[in-house]
Amino acid sequence: MGEKTPFDEMYNPDGSVREPYRALAEWLAEQPDKGLALMQTDAEAIFRKLGITFAVYGSDEGTEKVIPFDVIPRIIAATEWRRLSKGIEQRVKALNAFLYDIYHRQEILKAGRIPEKLILNNEAFCPQMMGLEPAKGVYAHIIGVDIVRVGPDEFYVLEDNLRTPSGVSYMLEDREAMMLLAPDLFHRSKVAPVETYPENLRRTLESVAPESVRGTPNIAVLTPGIYNSAYFEHSFLADQMGAQLCEGPDLFVDGGKVYMRTTCGPEQVDVIYRRIDDDYLDPLTFRPDSMLGVPGLFDAYRAGNVTLVNAPGTGIADDKAVYTYVPDIIEFYLGEKALLSNVPTYNCTDEDQRAWVLENIADLVVKEVHGSGGYGMMVGPTSTKAMHAEFRKKIEARPDNYIVQPTLNLSTCPTHISGDVAPRHVDLRPYVLIGDEVRITPGGLTRVALKKGSLVVNSSQGGGTKDTWVLED
Amino acid sequence: MLGRTAANLFWLSRYVERAENMARLLEVGYRMSLTSRREGGASEHLISMMQAAEVDEGFDAKHEVADVDTVAHYMMFDPDNSSSVYSCLQAARTNARSVRTALTGDMWESMNGAWLEFSQIKPRDVRGAKLLGLLQWVKQRSHEFRGALLGTILRDDGFNFLQAGNFVERADNTARILDMKYYVLLPRATQVGGDLDIQQWTLILRAASAHRAYRHVYHDRYKAHNIADFLILRPEMPRSLIYCANFVQQNLDNLAKIYGRKEKCQEAADSLLALVEGASMEAIFADGLHEFLNEFIARNNRVTDTLSESYNFY
Repeated sequence: MGEKTPFDEMYNPDGSVREPYRALAEWLAEQPDKGLALMQTDAEAIFRKLGITFAVYGSDEGTEKVIPFDVIPRIIAATEWRRLSKGIEQRVKALNAFLYDIYHRQEILKAGRIPEKLILNNEAFCPQMMGLEPAKGVYAHIIGVDIVRVGPDEFYVLEDNLRTPSGVSYMLEDREAMMLLAPDLFHRSKVAPVETYPENLRRTLESVAPESVRGTPNIAVLTPGIYNSAYFEHSFLADQMGAQLCEGPDLFVDGGKVYMRTTCGPEQVDVIYRRIDDDYLDPLTFRPDSMLGVPGLFDAYRAGNVTLVNAPGTGIADDKAVYTYVPDIIEFYLGEKALLSNVPTYNCTDEDQRAWVLENIADLVVKEVHGSGGYGMMVGPTSTKAMHAEFRKKIEARPDNYIVQPTLNLSTCPTHISGDVAPRHVDLRPYVLIGDEVRITPGGLTRVALKKGSLVVNSSQGGGTKDTWVLED
Repeated sequence: MLGRTAANLFWLSRYVERAENMARLLEVGYRMSLTSRREGGASEHLISMMQAAEVDEGFDAKHEVADVDTVAHYMMFDPDNSSSVYSCLQAARTNARSVRTALTGDMWESMNGAWLEFSQIKPRDVRGAKLLGLLQWVKQRSHEFRGALLGTILRDDGFNFLQAGNFVERADNTARILDMKYYVLLPRATQVGGDLDIQQWTLILRAASAHRAYRHVYHDRYKAHNIADFLILRPEMPRSLIYCANFVQQNLDNLAKIYGRKEKCQEAADSLLALVEGASMEAIFADGLHEFLNEFIARNNRVTDTLSESYNFY
């Protein structure tokens, strides 16, 4: 699959421009010689000044970097988006139904549709959640679905992020920057707005407040603090929706209720949009050494006095090993066929499949089951023989710890590379909010691999972002 | 508002003010060292300036010789010096980052921009005229931040915590400069100061950005009595003790109104103001200038302590 020319979202193989990109192509042709380069410099200055930074773990070049932003937007046609968003909505409904079932009667296991062992022995399964009734029955309120495109009508879901997906602030700031940099381009196209996200997030959070809450719920965003790689996003979202940005020590639990320490004394908190991993939420229930969490928080949650968003234990639904079962999950709960395809995935615990994988590793992508952010993975075609050998050994030692997929030839989009425009591989992370209703922001975050030929789009691995346009009819 | 947020706002403002004061003091020390013709005079001026800034002990522990470059580096860039401009701006920016949601965009951009620019300066490039330029820049960035604050922020509790921090720090700074040099301000048999006195008085006035304003107010040559009066009791002088104490008292009063109750910190601010309000220089000199300044500094510290207690700083 690797050698084939990838699907380019702007140009047809004959060099003609695809319909959604017509206005952009005209605009690009009109740009003066160094126009894009100047715009790129301006963009960098805008982002740095606003302090839109992220931290790269394990990097000693200072703790904050500006995520590279590409000045050429990525464009999705209205019809393409309608199809995608239907598929996404179906998926997130099924995944929430799955979570409810897994933490209650476990019908899907009883029906034998998913091996019991895969769930109950899974590190991401959270036994403390058994029997708990979350508000509106929703577990994962905020989901980022990673989607890749390989052809005009071929989309695949790469993974469902149901824990604490990040990056939505880049989606919003990329749009802000793009409107500052190229207002004329917006005049020529009908672009669906994304700036409704903070308001929709607030509505979603309010809609899942405990039933006992009268009046406007008190909402807090719980952050690990300023040294976290996504701190900018935490403060940005708190600010945009008028919530209090808290760190663990700002909150305490008394009599099964959660309070924040304010200048006027304790103030009860109703909904916590937490950007802290499950393990660190509450040292009394989860990791006892956590300094980031709030002792007693989980008990307050169980007692129904506060809503945690997302609920603990949602990781069981985006586990890489459970991923292969999502089409079954959709069918089981909704009685429908999955509208969006999964990437075919090889199971290394199966002897025949493993043998095939080891043989063909140079063409495949290997991912650690619990890895994220592009760490612990190997892209066969762009890795050395030594890397292939290393991952063969790893798979042989712990076949259950890896999933293997074909190397997808991700679509490319025109990207500004030092004065020129060249195709680069992209993916897409739309953001979904689930509360009293499902709200999907048109578009999402497009990540782009800035290195020629690279398929790894993660910002920690040299990826950038693009403003993502969904055109309206 | 979170108690932590209130604390961060208060200290953010203190650090910005402190950075500005350090730059001003270094500028004074640098100027004086340039005009000294005596052998070793330049070094004495720098040491005397560091005493006023209360960084002399830290400097001595690290360096043998107080020459312009070493002193400038210590006060501008040394992370070991917790009052260096570097340390202050870094602390201010860290505080700002923790409470970004409580700042306006303009305030954050001003603070973040100042830190980003400053952190890119290479210390070894900063000498001579460049040093003076950079000191000017520090003051300007402090003014810019204050301007953004005054021009854009809501007049709520956050505003009053920020303002209280600003003026508690400024009061502390002025009181310490006076205390370090109090002996040159004491009344003496002769009113005419020698060259050394004039230099010390100039240092004091310039360190408070008051050398020109002094002429506007007194239309007179430098006199110890006037200088002390100017920096302690003149309500129109924006760095005088009485001006700062007044401001702090008002900000805390506002907080009491906003929160609907008085706390210990309001008492502390009242007591700070009571020390300077209605006082006369004659009485202060009679009771001892040094003792007076120490009492002022102690009461000012008590404002910070009680403020932390009253509003759950942590």
